[in-house]
Amino acid sequence: MPDATKTAAAIEDAIAPPSAAEPVKPAKDEARSLWGDAWRDLRRNPYFLVSSVMIFFLLLISLFPGLFTSASPTVGDLQHHFLGKPELGNVGSEGWLGYDGQGRSVYSRLIHGTRASIIVGVCVTLIVTVIGGLLGMIAGYFGGLTDAIVSRITDIFFGVPFLLGGMVVLNAFTDRSVWVVVFALAFLGWTQLTRVMRGAVITIKQADYVHAAKALGAGTTRILFRHILPNAMAPVIVVATIALGGYISAEATLSYLGLGLSAPTISWGVDISGGVTQIRTAQHILLYPSIMLSLTVLAFIMLGEAVRNALDPKLR
Amino acid sequence: MAELRKTGADAVDATPNVTEVETVDAATEAEAVAAIEAPVERGEPILQVRDLVKHFPLTQGILFKKQVGAVKAVDGVSFDLYQGETLGIVGESGCGKSTVAKLLMNLERATAGEVFYKGQDITRLSGRALKAVRRNIQMVFQDPYTSLNPRMTVGDIIGEPFDIHPEVAPKGDRRRKVQELLDVVGLNPEYINRYPHQFSGGQRQRIGIARGLALNPEIIICDEPVSALDVSVQAQVINLMEKLQDEFNLSYVFIAHDLSIVRHISDRVGVMYLGKMAEIGTDAQIYDHPTHPYTQALLSAVPVPDPAAREGRERIILTGDVPSPANPPSGCRFRTRCWKAEEKCATDVPLLAVPARFKGSGSPAEHESACHFAEEKDVVHAA
Amino acid sequence: MTTIDKTATVPVSRGGDHEGPLLEVRDLHVEFHTRDGVAKAVNGVNYSVSAGETLAVLGESGSGKSVTAQAIMGILDMPPGRIPRGEIFFRGQDMLKMSNEERRKIRGRRIAMIFQDALSSLNPVLTVGYQLGEMFRVHQGLSKKAARAKAVELMDKVKIPAASARVDDYPHQFSGGMRQRIMIAMALALEPDLIIADEPTTALDVTVQAQVMDLLAELQREYNMGLILITHDLGVVADVADKIAVMYAGRIVEQAPVHELYKRPAHPYTRGLLDSIPRLDQKGQELYAIKGLPPNLLNVPTGCAFNPRCPKAEDICRTEIPALVPVTERDGGELPGRRSACHFWKETIHG
Repeated sequence: MPDATKTAAAIEDAIAPPSAAEPVKPAKDEARSLWGDAWRDLRRNPYFLVSSVMIFFLLLISLFPGLFTSASPTVGDLQHHFLGKPELGNVGSEGWLGYDGQGRSVYSRLIHGTRASIIVGVCVTLIVTVIGGLLGMIAGYFGGLTDAIVSRITDIFFGVPFLLGGMVVLNAFTDRSVWVVVFALAFLGWTQLTRVMRGAVITIKQADYVHAAKALGAGTTRILFRHILPNAMAPVIVVATIALGGYISAEATLSYLGLGLSAPTISWGVDISGGVTQIRTAQHILLYPSIMLSLTVLAFIMLGEAVRNALDPKLR
Repeated sequence: MAELRKTGADAVDATPNVTEVETVDAATEAEAVAAIEAPVERGEPILQVRDLVKHFPLTQGILFKKQVGAVKAVDGVSFDLYQGETLGIVGESGCGKSTVAKLLMNLERATAGEVFYKGQDITRLSGRALKAVRRNIQMVFQDPYTSLNPRMTVGDIIGEPFDIHPEVAPKGDRRRKVQELLDVVGLNPEYINRYPHQFSGGQRQRIGIARGLALNPEIIICDEPVSALDVSVQAQVINLMEKLQDEFNLSYVFIAHDLSIVRHISDRVGVMYLGKMAEIGTDAQIYDHPTHPYTQALLSAVPVPDPAAREGRERIILTGDVPSPANPPSGCRFRTRCWKAEEKCATDVPLLAVPARFKGSGSPAEHESACHFAEEKDVVHAA
Repeated sequence: MTTIDKTATVPVSRGGDHEGPLLEVRDLHVEFHTRDGVAKAVNGVNYSVSAGETLAVLGESGSGKSVTAQAIMGILDMPPGRIPRGEIFFRGQDMLKMSNEERRKIRGRRIAMIFQDALSSLNPVLTVGYQLGEMFRVHQGLSKKAARAKAVELMDKVKIPAASARVDDYPHQFSGGMRQRIMIAMALALEPDLIIADEPTTALDVTVQAQVMDLLAELQREYNMGLILITHDLGVVADVADKIAVMYAGRIVEQAPVHELYKRPAHPYTRGLLDSIPRLDQKGQELYAIKGLPPNLLNVPTGCAFNPRCPKAEDICRTEIPALVPVTERDGGELPGRRSACHFWKETIHG
């Protein structure tokens, strides 16, 4: 039944025409862009507020870990060895989340490990958005043979299981820094964004405003960057935000498997990997990095969902 | 100067009142542009369409595409547009009228045929010459909700023509020009910073018209410009378009499915069916003296908002639907729904020409009609 | 469960024992809560339909004509929609007070709806025969074979050529006109008492429009159904309706038998609409245009909602909402079925 769409259309009908006959509406909403409207919506969305506060802190932690802890994440004090159970009451102190097998502060390692996760998440997302977006735009706009070639290459990469592929790529490197992990994930991750962008561009290039621009004599560059890109960005941003959480968890997974980052690099994945061996005796070593990882992934997925709802054209 | 040369009209579709095309052979781009910018006298043909064909290939396969057929959206259409007139084109969905609009705008590449604008075939132009043509032929779209970029302000939308053709308005002058245009189409010039979704359908259509007017074109192709609007707003937009035509000396090609509106605004009307022109003439010839059975059926089916006038009218209710343009009937395309169809209709394609029986009669029925058995019949006025 | 007892009170027999109109809408209000505020889509609508009668509800987008129909059908999205006030009597029972289960039993079986867009109303992955037969399988427990036979019968009824050959086709294999016929067949399947048709021919070509409207009118006579025809097209209405209700900004502004309305409109909005459509049989001068824009439902003008666009508006129109009052002849003679919500209806109809 088309009830839902019908009613949605009816509501739209009902509130659509902001008639000029009404002189009310103050000057402040004089120019309401779609992004502006989305922002107004976001500010009232609790999911957005919660997730953006979380992400703000994550960014702050990764930029200035020193603000949150003075304890060194690498220097262990063996007197805490295994005995250092968490003292949760003593929030923020060096040992409030306990110590790991080598007597290092779990809290400090958590704080200092944030950077690796955020770098991987943000950098991979930026790279795949640029590469995927560009390829998707070219394939979608020009179509024909270009599209066929780009799409088949995308399909081939898409067919490679993400983690398995990541393991294979990372195996080729002996010295695995954060940047190597970023490269490996971006190398396999661009396909998703290519597909989203291509789909969006194909829909938008049929819009009448694109025809109108062509009829005015606009060139390809103007049509692509002035008309198509701004309208295709919304779904890409949503997918990219949600994918960001996925890249962070992929990094942790690879590190856990021993193929991503490894000590002495500090990362949640490395700590989870180290914690597993002591799961029977010292659960806290595994528990806190896992919670941190889950919360971070959750924050980005919530942000993506909130942005998706705000940008959903059906609501306007 | 470009050399002027006369060619005889090729009689593929023997359309006598389609005038001969004076083609311009421009050796250089500069000559082509000069010819495009030359003025045309009122009542002279400004746009001449000859045997225009557009087939959309139907393909199979993903990587290696194989053509398995074609949708014959437009299949040999010829007409003239005179300077300062409004030519209405009516027909049902799938008759190819919107494709004609896209072909005239060069938004689709014609499969065959020519569109002469001031003697030059615009389907073969490119570069500067094509850009010059674009300045002079503009379009108003059907759907005011999809024809404006939702991420641009009204000022940017109406000002975009000046960005593309900077020679039309110096940079410092543009904002004033945009505000002038808003004023011309009856919108508050202070709305320049608003976004399209802040306007109602009728207001958006005015914005679309303002964009079309920005470059001061000679021809505007209107593809169902009011069919998405509310009845009370339709009249406003129609009146605006008529006012602008007088003010800016425009020629309109007005494409619509609403026969009443087309009659109101048009000087001449062409009726299309399945990619071909069925009948063409002045508005009185078509509406008061139609000779093609399809035109008669179309006119008789129009619901009239007056039950009293309705009762005296004859109604021809056609059976069945419009056949698929991928597989049109042989001979006359209308024969499958026509009550007059005979064997001849299945074998011989009727040409668009003045029917022999009306030739030289001087009656209003003497206009082009593509029917073997053309016959006058008034279906609009009560008996 | 109590629901079972309650359903028993819904009259089952055709014709029933209920006297008076089939459907009666009384003082219906519908509002939508949006992020920009409360949109008052319907503000006190009253109308009624009897068996065998056709009521046309005429209005432009945002007039509330479709929302009223959705409220009757019970397919309004709530939230954001809300019905703060009003009653909808079907055979004397207020549907707004019924349980969901009771309403569901009326929907489709006693009141059916036809939508504008037939393609999106049909499931693309099921054959039309299956979708038509589904009604019989679910509601009447027929076997697959019997249901299919019924489907063919229905398709014949709505004059789809070669019905038995096409019963296994999918919706996209039919043309627009044929799909709308299938929608009509579906609505008719359980022989409802009332059909609500929301812009049934708007998406169709003129020549097909006439076919579909004729079919609808014919079937209505045959089954003696009530028909609510919702449309914006003054031409379509003129052909089939018995009486017309003109809506503007969520209110009925004029009600009249169909011939009367066209001959002598009693509301400036109706008059404006009639004057603003070009005529097929004559070429006029400039079209009359109603000035201004349709009202914003978030901010309906005070007094008569039409006052900013009305050529006759005076001070009283800006302050007092005109009631829908009976219209009479100049000498006070009765004009049955005519009502107008204009302070100056006398001047409008007799002026």
